[in-house]
Amino acid sequence: MSKDGFSAIVEEFKGERGDLIPVLQRAQDLYGYLQPDAIRSISRWLKISENEIFGVATFYAQFRFHPPGRHHIKVCLGTACHVRGGEQILVMAQQRLGVKTGETTADGKYDLDRVACLGCCALAPVVAFDDKIHSQMSVLKIQKIFDEQKSD
Amino acid sequence: MNKKAIDERRRQAAAEWEELKKSPLPLIYIGAASCGLAAGAADTQAAAEEYLSRKGISARIIPVGCIGPCYLEPLMDVQMPGKPRLSYTNVSPKEVPGILAGFFESGEISKNHLAGHFGNGDFDGIPRFFDLPMLKPQVRVVLRNCGLIDPEDLDHYLARDGYKGFEKCLSMTWQEVLDTVKRAGIRGRGGAGFPTWRKWQTCREAESDQRYLICNADEGDPGAFMNRSLIEGDPHAVLEGMLIAAYTIGASQGYVYIRAEYPLAITRLKKAIGQMREMGLLGPNILGSDFSFDIKIKEGAGAFVCGEETALIASIEGKRGMPRSRPPFPAISGLQGKPTIINNVETLGTLPNILRNGAEWYAGYGTETSKGTKTFSLVGKVRRTGLIEVPLGITLREVIYDIGGGTQKPFKAVQSGGPSGGCLSEEFLDLRIDYEHLAEAGAIMGSGGLIVVDSDTCIVDMAKYFMTFTQRESCGKCVPCRVGTRHMVEILEKICDGKAELADLDKLEKLGQTVKSGSLCGLGSTAPNPALTSLKYFRPEFISHVKDKRCPAVSCKNLVIYRVIANKCTGCQRCVRVCPTGAITGPRSEPHNLDQSKCIKCRSCYEICRFDAIAGDAIIIES
Repeated sequence: MSKDGFSAIVEEFKGERGDLIPVLQRAQDLYGYLQPDAIRSISRWLKISENEIFGVATFYAQFRFHPPGRHHIKVCLGTACHVRGGEQILVMAQQRLGVKTGETTADGKYDLDRVACLGCCALAPVVAFDDKIHSQMSVLKIQKIFDEQKSD
Repeated sequence: MNKKAIDERRRQAAAEWEELKKSPLPLIYIGAASCGLAAGAADTQAAAEEYLSRKGISARIIPVGCIGPCYLEPLMDVQMPGKPRLSYTNVSPKEVPGILAGFFESGEISKNHLAGHFGNGDFDGIPRFFDLPMLKPQVRVVLRNCGLIDPEDLDHYLARDGYKGFEKCLSMTWQEVLDTVKRAGIRGRGGAGFPTWRKWQTCREAESDQRYLICNADEGDPGAFMNRSLIEGDPHAVLEGMLIAAYTIGASQGYVYIRAEYPLAITRLKKAIGQMREMGLLGPNILGSDFSFDIKIKEGAGAFVCGEETALIASIEGKRGMPRSRPPFPAISGLQGKPTIINNVETLGTLPNILRNGAEWYAGYGTETSKGTKTFSLVGKVRRTGLIEVPLGITLREVIYDIGGGTQKPFKAVQSGGPSGGCLSEEFLDLRIDYEHLAEAGAIMGSGGLIVVDSDTCIVDMAKYFMTFTQRESCGKCVPCRVGTRHMVEILEKICDGKAELADLDKLEKLGQTVKSGSLCGLGSTAPNPALTSLKYFRPEFISHVKDKRCPAVSCKNLVIYRVIANKCTGCQRCVRVCPTGAITGPRSEPHNLDQSKCIKCRSCYEICRFDAIAGDAIIIES
């Protein structure tokens, strides 16, 4: 973890126990995941053991412990997406990327995650490619998106 | 800023709002909430901007929140000087120039995609937007500003009597405010329906030097987005509600605990909090009174259980979000051991309306025991999906058919209350939606997710879906929830795979009762509800899976097969191209072959055959 990045985070917070989760969130924003180095620095600063920090971080779905891919694909499996065929879209994404949910492709290009829910239930099923949400998806539409992405 | 100054600012804002209605500049409103953006509102807006600059027309584009009928997104409204605002629906970028040309070039208003107007009375034979079938039965109290104002403009909120409820509150004692909320009869909108006033009173009367108020915006229930829409569309309403609640309970510090998955809502909240601070609506001695209060935003990190009060508090304190046993209730010992009130977004957003219009006005809606209005996210297989607000006591039939327009295929069930709620069959369509009736039927009001399913949805699969969800989200602290939900998932998987016996159904029921009665917190004690209600009202469907190894909805993967009907297949090869596993083969113009051993049942061939191929229905799915 770079000194600059960390000191920027230190300045934002008072260094209280209650700051732990926001600090972890900022560290992840900065580096894309929680590096062991970052956890060590946070542990010394907030005076919370590394063990305990891992305990907290692993409880929440948001935190990652491995470098992320360059693009994030999140297939929504909220209830509305589920009843409108979200599961099949996830299967298709897994098939096309050759990874399981929670994994990153070998070339480091894509992460695949399932989420519940993105809150766009009326337009279900939805898939988020990075920050863009694609609505009313189908297995054909997602195939098309992958076909278009390949070229870049 | 003192009271006089805010009155002056409101007066100015109101004048500007009136001006805006009579604006000499044409106005273009774009529905830019998350759902609108997902439907492509940003591209629609870009197309409008491009058109205006290309034609050299000056007009103002105003992004607004969600007005409700999400199925009509993206929405673009056009208001010409002196004319009512006209609402166009499902506006893709390529439709924009045509619609705008009607206003700016030909003078002939395009009727294509035109849904309604926002004026009074009749306008050129066009219906009023709020008279559309989806909107007419609704009563918009908490959603009154959503979709109409620019959520990032404080003046818009002020012009619509914003912060008047809170000002009124400042002229009253806390007991008087509490009494007003009591007479209004509002109950917690987060799910459990506990009377808001009673919780407040407990907190206020607890001896302490410090009290906290938390706004629970951790809307984790999959299939629900009411809170997101409200914050995105009218953030100040929720924040004004927080001021009222904090004043009453005597809190000096407030938190909004909001899901990180709602970035737009977080941005809007931050902006609104900044505006409040500038106006002197936050900080010491608000509006010159002796009431001081501040608000911090805490982003959730993705844990459904953190919607539970004690888990939410643990999470704010920087710990694993695990619930603890109650009592003591948070109203007596909560955040940092101090009396803490946790109110849902919708409860808080309703308060300004109650203070402004009076308790009796609010209590005039709803039923004897469930007063007021409630927002629901009406989704699933209904024709008109979206965000709605209705008076409590309305029937499920009115919501699903009059507002939602019914289902395309035969109606099967409605799921109310998400993973903690229940699945109700057709015989409950005339059930009144209120806390008591829903609970009697085995469902709950919950936060307001209403998911409608038709004959294509397998009830067993849906029960498995909810059970899997709660099992994954169980924090693992108590055994009935951690182990019990796991076993329930396993039984449901067995049923869906056609490997269960009849005895498993009884086992499922018994286990469900144990998990319900033995779990520590609300997550576990309600987790079996979807499975138990499904089993109760849809037992024959479970039995088909078990005895006949058939899925009547043709949905459970391991009980269906895909087949090519040889005499219908024209050999167009479209399915061959989309099959991701190479399971379909065959030369052009000859019926194709489907290799069952390679088929992953992804549905690609089925969809392309029905929508894009020459034959149309040569591929079928059977159970």
